[in-house]
Amino acid sequence: MANHTQAAGKAGAANVARPRGAGWVLVLIALAALIIAPFVSYPVFVMKLLCFGLFAAAFNLLLGFTGLLSFGHAAFFGGAAYFTAHAAKVWGWQPEWAILIGVAGAALLGLVMGAIAIRRQGIYFAMITLALSQMFFFACLQMPFTHGEDGIQSVPKGSLFGVIELNQGLNMYWFVAVVFALALWAIWLIVHSPYGMILKAIRENEQRAISLGYSVARYKLGAFVMSAAFAGLAGGMKALVMEFATLTDVAWQMSGEVILMTLLGGIGTMAGPIVGAGVIIALQNRLATSDVPVTVVTGIVFMICVLLFRRGIVGELADTRLGRMLGLR
Amino acid sequence: MPMIFGIPVQALMGQLLVGLINGSFYALLSLGLAVIFGLLRVINFAHGAQYMLGAFVALLVQTWLGLNYWFALILAPLIVGAFGALVERSMLSRLYKLDHLYGLLFTFGLALTLEGLFRWQFGASGQPYAPPPALTGGVNLGFMFLPLYRGWVVVASLVICLAVWALIEKTRLGATLRAATENPVMVQSFGINVPMLLTLTYALGAGLAALAGVLAAPIYQVSPLMGSNIIIVVFAVVVVGGMGSIMGAIVTGYLLGIAEGLTKVFYPEASNIVIFVIMAIVLILRPAGLFGKEA
Repeated sequence: MANHTQAAGKAGAANVARPRGAGWVLVLIALAALIIAPFVSYPVFVMKLLCFGLFAAAFNLLLGFTGLLSFGHAAFFGGAAYFTAHAAKVWGWQPEWAILIGVAGAALLGLVMGAIAIRRQGIYFAMITLALSQMFFFACLQMPFTHGEDGIQSVPKGSLFGVIELNQGLNMYWFVAVVFALALWAIWLIVHSPYGMILKAIRENEQRAISLGYSVARYKLGAFVMSAAFAGLAGGMKALVMEFATLTDVAWQMSGEVILMTLLGGIGTMAGPIVGAGVIIALQNRLATSDVPVTVVTGIVFMICVLLFRRGIVGELADTRLGRMLGLR
Repeated sequence: MPMIFGIPVQALMGQLLVGLINGSFYALLSLGLAVIFGLLRVINFAHGAQYMLGAFVALLVQTWLGLNYWFALILAPLIVGAFGALVERSMLSRLYKLDHLYGLLFTFGLALTLEGLFRWQFGASGQPYAPPPALTGGVNLGFMFLPLYRGWVVVASLVICLAVWALIEKTRLGATLRAATENPVMVQSFGINVPMLLTLTYALGAGLAALAGVLAAPIYQVSPLMGSNIIIVVFAVVVVGGMGSIMGAIVTGYLLGIAEGLTKVFYPEASNIVIFVIMAIVLILRPAGLFGKEA
């Protein structure tokens, strides 16, 4: 996306491969927040936020760092939620294996959808991913194991590695927090690896990357599958946290929601998607009690973001002097 | 009863007609999308919402003002077109210099907002809209019974599609439009008001969507969600047809509608997804789409 990439390019020149100095302070603050959060807020709310934050971060790996706008990420998030819920409830698998099968399923879906979608660029890519995820939605509507409109209800959390009962106390929270932190670290490593640099090169100038001899299609597909897998991780965890998986998670509105989270927080920033997810989830919680439909508010926020505010919250902050000092991005 | 491939002719023809009707709407909507995309380079996600607005205008002018279907057929495109022009002038036109994806995201937000507002105001369930008295009833064609209104929709949409095609391919205004698609700077330097042309084009596209909405109102129920249900299918149609040609969009719309109708006869479980499957196959065999040039 041309204009944010310009902004990213400016900041990117000074951006070396690992956080330095002030950057570590931010990481430590974030970790501290993760530890005290369940004591100052509702653990379920925080866990939901972490799942959606990870989902948005996974999506941002594709949009922000590879420049591909997928309008079909709900398929990976919701698909993994179904797989995990089914494995945990019907097959009685332990949570770690149930989540892993969700991730594997999402990655496989990503491989198929990605292989078809990367045949076209830009706007067509977005429309194709939207259409394919809608196809998956209809498949979910009809397949017996998803239980159609009812979804899979009362999914057991189970015991982690057969020893830690996730039902008790804050066990589930710590599990989600650790997975969240590790997954974000993994995304950070990918973005800052030589592989991630090539992805950014493709985002900036696809033709030039091709002429430099990179097999662009393969890199795009790789990024798509990784993004799908992380989205699946988020979806699988969400199924265990909320104890259900329904059609809402695979519907196109969910794909729109994750785009909004990323856009609002800041495309192409590490912290942005999580901030965006936090704002949107909090907004939805607030609106749940009023009679204003959520889509009216999210739609308006969407339009405002696109018109006035394309760098998002973190993107705008990163351009202030404080932001540059802290090395946001 | 006569049979074809083990299917009663009457059932086959019935589903073919349903397919043709759906195809008419796919053609009208993908035509509007193609017209807008051709000049503005914006994928109008709000197209479905504008189609829904058209149907609601028909419903509301009837209940509030007592105006019948034929007035709605004229009023809805004008009102929704004017609304489109307003949106384009005030907001959308600020996004042309940016990546095209922002246009898609903006119109997506617009669609969400409109849909939410109507659901808030009128509830999610559909409301019936009676066809005009002149078009109720039907004729027996011998091999099938044709409801008059459905026949009217097929004919009307075909005429509208051909008229828009002629407007763009055969008239002076259309020539200017096509020239502006190729090279807006050059056309502007000839003294033609290109920003005005862009606004008119967006209004035309929105008006077409509203017209389709009025045509659809007596067939499907008028509901706030009617637009988002159809627009994703229309995106798939547009991917298959390629947005390069107006005629391509029209033909693909009808073909895929009929393919969907036939699937309902032979394998009903797949009728929801057949268009997406066709899209995937076309992308694998011919990535640029049936009529498209690689963008």
